Amino acid sequence: MSAFTRWSLVIATWLIVAVVLILPPLLVLSEALRDGLPTALQSLADPDAISAIRLTVEMTVLSVVINTVFGVLAAWLISKYRFPFRGVLVALIEIPISVSPVVAGLVWLLLFGSQGWWGAALDHYNIHIAFAPAGILLATLFVTFPYVTRTILPLMEQQGRDAEDAATLLGASFWQILWRVTLPDARWALLSGILLTTARAMGEFGAVSVVSGHIPGMTETMPLHIETLYNGYQSVAAFSMAALLAIMAMTTVGFRAFFENRARRATLAGDAGS
Amino acid sequence: MSVHIEKLIRRAPGNPDRLLLDRVSVDIPDGSFVALVGPSGAGKTTLLRSIAGLDPHSSGLLTIDGRDSSELTPRERNVGFVFQNYALFQHMTVAKNISFGLDVLPGRERPSKAEIDGRVKELLELIQLPNLGNAYPQRLSGGQRQRVALARALATNPKHLLLDEPFGALDPVVRRTVREWLRSLHDRLGLTTILVTHDQEEALDVADRLVVMQDGRIVQDADAGELEAHPATPFVMEFLGETLTFQGTVSGGLFLPEISHVVPFPVAIDEDGPAVALIRPHEVRLAADAGGAPVRRIGSRYGLSRLAVDLNGRIVEVLGSSNEQIFPSGAKLHIDAARLFRDGMLLSAKDGRHAAAA
Repeated sequence: MSAFTRWSLVIATWLIVAVVLILPPLLVLSEALRDGLPTALQSLADPDAISAIRLTVEMTVLSVVINTVFGVLAAWLISKYRFPFRGVLVALIEIPISVSPVVAGLVWLLLFGSQGWWGAALDHYNIHIAFAPAGILLATLFVTFPYVTRTILPLMEQQGRDAEDAATLLGASFWQILWRVTLPDARWALLSGILLTTARAMGEFGAVSVVSGHIPGMTETMPLHIETLYNGYQSVAAFSMAALLAIMAMTTVGFRAFFENRARRATLAGDAGS
Repeated sequence: MSVHIEKLIRRAPGNPDRLLLDRVSVDIPDGSFVALVGPSGAGKTTLLRSIAGLDPHSSGLLTIDGRDSSELTPRERNVGFVFQNYALFQHMTVAKNISFGLDVLPGRERPSKAEIDGRVKELLELIQLPNLGNAYPQRLSGGQRQRVALARALATNPKHLLLDEPFGALDPVVRRTVREWLRSLHDRLGLTTILVTHDQEEALDVADRLVVMQDGRIVQDADAGELEAHPATPFVMEFLGETLTFQGTVSGGLFLPEISHVVPFPVAIDEDGPAVALIRPHEVRLAADAGGAPVRRIGSRYGLSRLAVDLNGRIVEVLGSSNEQIFPSGAKLHIDAARLFRDGMLLSAKDGRHAAAA
């Protein structure tokens, strides 16, 4: 490749990245600070805004914890055991990536909404899932389910079963093996998957939008609240909230890049030593 | 009887018609050093894993110290296992790897920290790596990893040591040293050792007894001398070393080779019929024979001459002493040290001894 072509490609790549990836958050930030930092901060202190931030944090923490536990379990099962329809299970785990979140949200409504299959029965016992935090949690869980599994699965498959067999023969119990052998060895990949889940959970809009019912101060997460504010012409408040959400997500992604880098260096060091 | 196996069958998961182990029976007494040998896919590793309790068997009996292995927990089986790729815990130091078997003991059985540290120190000295306790496995060479894996397996004082191709990844010189060291360790600690290898030389070198496997079955179970003198099948003979094969017929107490320039020799076998003679290249004797097969020197091995003999277009390589003259006018081959087989089985002499020895 000639120097000219190479440099043209590099410049074109950076241009695209600048326009598509760097410009939007910068614009969001500048819009948020249009009337100065105090105004922006004040808008975040609004009760509905605080409620949205709290709900987002709660939903994110819950989804991350639940999906980490089940994601590790799924990856472990798939990578270490051979069982019927294993391939189907692997494909199923990827459904949330391929299906539009809105569709997922509608499914939850169909099941749990007051007009849904189980809606009447749930109403009878005074259990509220649609238009309630429980529904938001279900939607977020669905959307973020694949990330932990998909990040640690390749690593666990590469680990094979020998280290675990060795631990078994040395007398370790199932939990000792999981805690002392399998997970520590996969820790960087696991952390990366958890952070990816976190970023995705915070930003989820489509599925949550359908099941939540958009009740300000009750069932609005940060992305939903941003939309409400924006539609209500409160653009500074909307952009302040958007900037906060973007900063939270980017911090998460930044951490992830940092840890991935460490993990890669650890692997490289390992290869060099062998 | 330390490890006793009777008619063990293991079916391939997902394909019950395929037998990974086919009616395997073997006894491994206390203190013995047994090598499971055979080509890849013979079932050696499968058998080793079954003994360790890592893979279940479909039917048959497997007892360890008289107790049915399926009733034993991994800890009760009392085996140390060294994996082919060592399977060290990459995120733990060498010391932590070695102490793992002690660290996971339940509280009341676990030795104190000082005792564990002492044991680790002792094992590090045993494997001659006293200063590497704080190193991570990635930093070690193949030979060092192998010894760490061995130390880890020995930490809980197992009675049985199972090794799966433990020398596979080592270079030839290191292999030999580790082999000798392993043998001395076996003798010193009074272990019962079962070694899986596809390298027959290694097995002959280190083990008291070889169990030769093929297609999930045990073909022969004997010591090196017996395997060499009375190989049960041509496969055993070929597997254990370089072999020359001569087709022929047994007739009236003589083996008559099909190919010319090979001298017929007397055998003590009553039943006449086709037979095949298998012989090691160094057991062939050459004699001058005007108009015989042309002989050419093509190199040397172990201080012996490698000679290529042209038997009407079929070239066979034999080993002769280096001062033996090249036969300018040709030679004939004496193969009376050969073992004779018919229908894939060794032909025994009528006095019960090996046919060719008569």
